[in-house]
Amino acid sequence: MFELLGIPPQALFGQLLLGLINGSFYAILSLGLAVIFGLLNIINFTHGAQYMLGAFVAWFLLQYLGIGYWWALIIAPIAVGITGVILERLMISKLYHLDHLYGLLLTFGIALVIQGLLRNEFGISGLPYSIPPQLAGGQNLGFMFLPNYRGWVVVASLVVCLATWFVIEKTRLGAYLRAATENPTLVGAFGINVPRLVTLTYGFGVALAAFAGVLAAPIYSVNPNMGAELIIVVFAVVVIGGMGSILGAIITGFGLGIIEGLTRVFYPEGSSVVIFVIMAIVLLIKPAGLFGRAA
Amino acid sequence: MASETTTAGLAYGKRSLVRGMPGHHIAIFIGFLVVAAVAPFLLYPVFVMKVLCFALFACALNLLLGFGGLLSFGHAAYFGSASYITAHAAKVWGLTPELAILSGTAVAAFLGVVFGSLAIRRQGIYFAMVTLAFGQMIYFFALQAEFTGGEDGIQAVPRGHLLGLLDLRADFTLYWVVLAIVFFGLLIIYRVIHSPFGQVLKAIRENEPRAVSLGYRTSQYKLAVFVLSATMAGLAGSTKALVFQLASLTDVHWTMSGEVVLMTLLGGMGTIFGPIVGATVIVAMQNYLASFGAWVTIIQGVIFVIAVLLFREGIIGVLARRLRKPL
Repeated sequence: MFELLGIPPQALFGQLLLGLINGSFYAILSLGLAVIFGLLNIINFTHGAQYMLGAFVAWFLLQYLGIGYWWALIIAPIAVGITGVILERLMISKLYHLDHLYGLLLTFGIALVIQGLLRNEFGISGLPYSIPPQLAGGQNLGFMFLPNYRGWVVVASLVVCLATWFVIEKTRLGAYLRAATENPTLVGAFGINVPRLVTLTYGFGVALAAFAGVLAAPIYSVNPNMGAELIIVVFAVVVIGGMGSILGAIITGFGLGIIEGLTRVFYPEGSSVVIFVIMAIVLLIKPAGLFGRAA
Repeated sequence: MASETTTAGLAYGKRSLVRGMPGHHIAIFIGFLVVAAVAPFLLYPVFVMKVLCFALFACALNLLLGFGGLLSFGHAAYFGSASYITAHAAKVWGLTPELAILSGTAVAAFLGVVFGSLAIRRQGIYFAMVTLAFGQMIYFFALQAEFTGGEDGIQAVPRGHLLGLLDLRADFTLYWVVLAIVFFGLLIIYRVIHSPFGQVLKAIRENEPRAVSLGYRTSQYKLAVFVLSATMAGLAGSTKALVFQLASLTDVHWTMSGEVVLMTLLGGMGTIFGPIVGATVIVAMQNYLASFGAWVTIIQGVIFVIAVLLFREGIIGVLARRLRKPL
């Protein structure tokens, strides 16, 4: 077998795959944050909790109703998306006339409540969720072993990200959305119900997070804290990419996941902070973010 | 000045020291000292010291958030690093407490310069995310570094002898030192808020482009207030390390950053004394509800939601509006 820079290829490609998977989650989550921020002008701190809720809904469905992974992949995002719609109507919509910071504080508080309630109920040890039988096993690619499920996660995330990009950039609905981002008053004057568009956008962003949560459930154990640390890294991803561009969010997410994976191979101690270091460098060189527009 | 308050005579006597300070502020400072002097006889002194440390921490954040208009969601980085450095300095290097506190505070100030100069390059919501990310970076550093002791933290930190003379092992002796430090910190923050520098800060908070057009280099002001705030947060963290004889991962965790934001929000952002009240309420709640475990987090979350939706002025903010006096 060949070696690269003294690293066995199994380790290298294994970490690259892990990086791609983390990157998938970064991409879906930062995409959701960007879509929500574009229209609502708030940073949704609850995003991590909603990702976690997606995983928990999948677990509930299996545990209590016997509904398996594939249905959960559809039901959980819809269910969590509906809670998002309710949340937006009841609370977040009251803050649009205020400083953006209040939206951040409110959603932070909601995240604390959700995480606390589930921690009370289920502890922090994590609940197992098994890989669906269709995706068990793996492929031997010669240079590495690829577990089927992990390959599926990367493909599914890519498809969802690109579908989101397509809807926003290429369809009429997406055009409304982009127009409302630029000038909500004017779009409202054309007879489009902007408040409803805002609510549905929030629901959609939240559903994306929940979808990522279901994807994550078989890889990481389902536990109340799974979203809390992740969302902070995703914030750094968002700062690096800038929230101006949908495609930018996707590329940044996957790219940073891969860089993180490579760091884990070559300098393991630095892997948990490499994204923050990159953030610092980007702030120095291009403060608006790689794909961002200057404020 | 200050003729309407009961402390008018006293205020008059110290006129040269507190020139320009409204009478009711003097009254509040004196009231604070009186309460603080009585409290350790009625309550557990370590608990009161915890309240004092967090009051200073929240006031430091409020300087940045309430007067600079900059929401830092990563202030635990400065509080926690200072706590670790002080604990390490006192335990491993064997420094006296005042030098240990100074080194912790200096490190917090240094981190404030580094992270602050990067964070002020973005505004608003991005600023909050950047500070949060840097806070998390410090957390991971503390988790992995050798000297921080990982999950155990640095335990059994010796309190030592102040200036080599005063034995701080007794809670009561330490209490007066902590009170002096915190009061000193509060006075500095008060002075900064009411200085010409503080006025410029408020102008930047209200309308940054206008402040720029008036010729102020706003990024220098923002950096300065960031460093000041980080330094004061560090002073609070250093003092806390000596009080509890412990520096741990809790001090640098993002939940700590969230807690101090909550204290400031609950007491009243942009008020002078609000954060002290907010810190007292939150620390007391944590203390009395400690046995309920995760419920403390839930209640804190609920307070966040209620405060943002219904109570944005905070306790002291409402009081100040009723009394028509800046508090």
